[in-house]
Amino acid sequence: MSQTCVEVRSEWSIVAARQAGRTIAKEVGFGSVDQARITTAISELARNIYLYAKVGEICIEKVVEANKVGVKVSASDNGPGIKDLRRVMEDGYTTSGGLGAGLPGVKRLMDEFLIDSKEGEGTKIHAVKWLR
Amino acid sequence: MKPSVAKLIETKREIISEDWLKKVEEVRREHHLENISDHVYTNTNKEFVEIILNAVGQGQESCDEQLSGFTERLIQLGWPLSYLTRGLQTFRKVILDTLFEDQEGKGDFEIYYEVESWVDEIVNTLVNEYSGSWENTVFLQKMALKELSAPLIPVFEHISVMPLIGTIDTERAKLIMENLLNGVIEHRSQVVLIDITGVPVVDTMVANHIIQASEAVRLVGADCILVGIRPEIAQTIVNLGIDLSKFPTKSTLKKGIASALEMTQKKIVKIEN
Repeated sequence: MSQTCVEVRSEWSIVAARQAGRTIAKEVGFGSVDQARITTAISELARNIYLYAKVGEICIEKVVEANKVGVKVSASDNGPGIKDLRRVMEDGYTTSGGLGAGLPGVKRLMDEFLIDSKEGEGTKIHAVKWLR
Repeated sequence: MKPSVAKLIETKREIISEDWLKKVEEVRREHHLENISDHVYTNTNKEFVEIILNAVGQGQESCDEQLSGFTERLIQLGWPLSYLTRGLQTFRKVILDTLFEDQEGKGDFEIYYEVESWVDEIVNTLVNEYSGSWENTVFLQKMALKELSAPLIPVFEHISVMPLIGTIDTERAKLIMENLLNGVIEHRSQVVLIDITGVPVVDTMVANHIIQASEAVRLVGADCILVGIRPEIAQTIVNLGIDLSKFPTKSTLKKGIASALEMTQKKIVKIEN
């Protein structure tokens, strides 16, 4: 399956990642609401990379399973990692003075959400949105 | 350049330029320049080879000038830099092949060195010209972007509108805040409408900036109404769990203006005669 990866280094790569996500979401056949959900989720993940890890990568691909298709967004970085996974998934928890809605928001925007992080090693996040 | 090498190149000038013109046709195919007409392509190539070869006789300075003019034109026409660099690589190959063809001392290090530094000089000039023009373009676009960034427009007495279009990054967010607060004081606005119709994605950071901006507007004594929330944006805001209940919001600018007029005890009436 084709996969588009965007290296996140500056604020403008967030826009590039979003753009790539929108293109693939459109190709898969998502409506405008789900397109907005996917691009917003990508925006959150990319911004987290830019804010905390500085450098990382966002990959977007079409996934096909049994009788459904969807878009999978993977974010990975070798940044400082997340200390307390349970807390970052709580609404309103933030270490950067933001709204603290990013990660729990992404979980709600997407259908599947998987996070793996080790302190000092980095963070990996996979999120999938299925086409209904 | 050493006179001996220069003289050697001068004598072979015809052969070199002919050979190069032939080989450069391949470059054309590789770089998708087929849409350029044969006539233009041949003429440009001829001019290019003339300028490079003139550098041998006239010395670097006058050549630099010609080269600058030449590249400037190519940049304006949108020729890729790879055409020039590939062209020069081909040129170096051709020139070395030709010079060594009937030379006794094949692989003469001196000739090789002279040609090498000569071509490198030209490559440097070209790359500088190109990157300079790109930096310039990027700078100008950045300025243009900043200019259309976030104007606050007074539409009625005490009512102003700030239409936001495009991606909001940290720099723009700062500008929005500044323009908003300065504008509110300057125009003595009581109600400010922030229109986000043109903002493609509203994530937590954008929302946070808007919340902060309207909070600041409230502190200077005006009210903020968020307008232009598209249905899909409304859904993502809800999904993200962003609380905008503290702010009055309206779906369109029109409805926002209507309630702003109400808030400032104004009414638009049709004149009857």
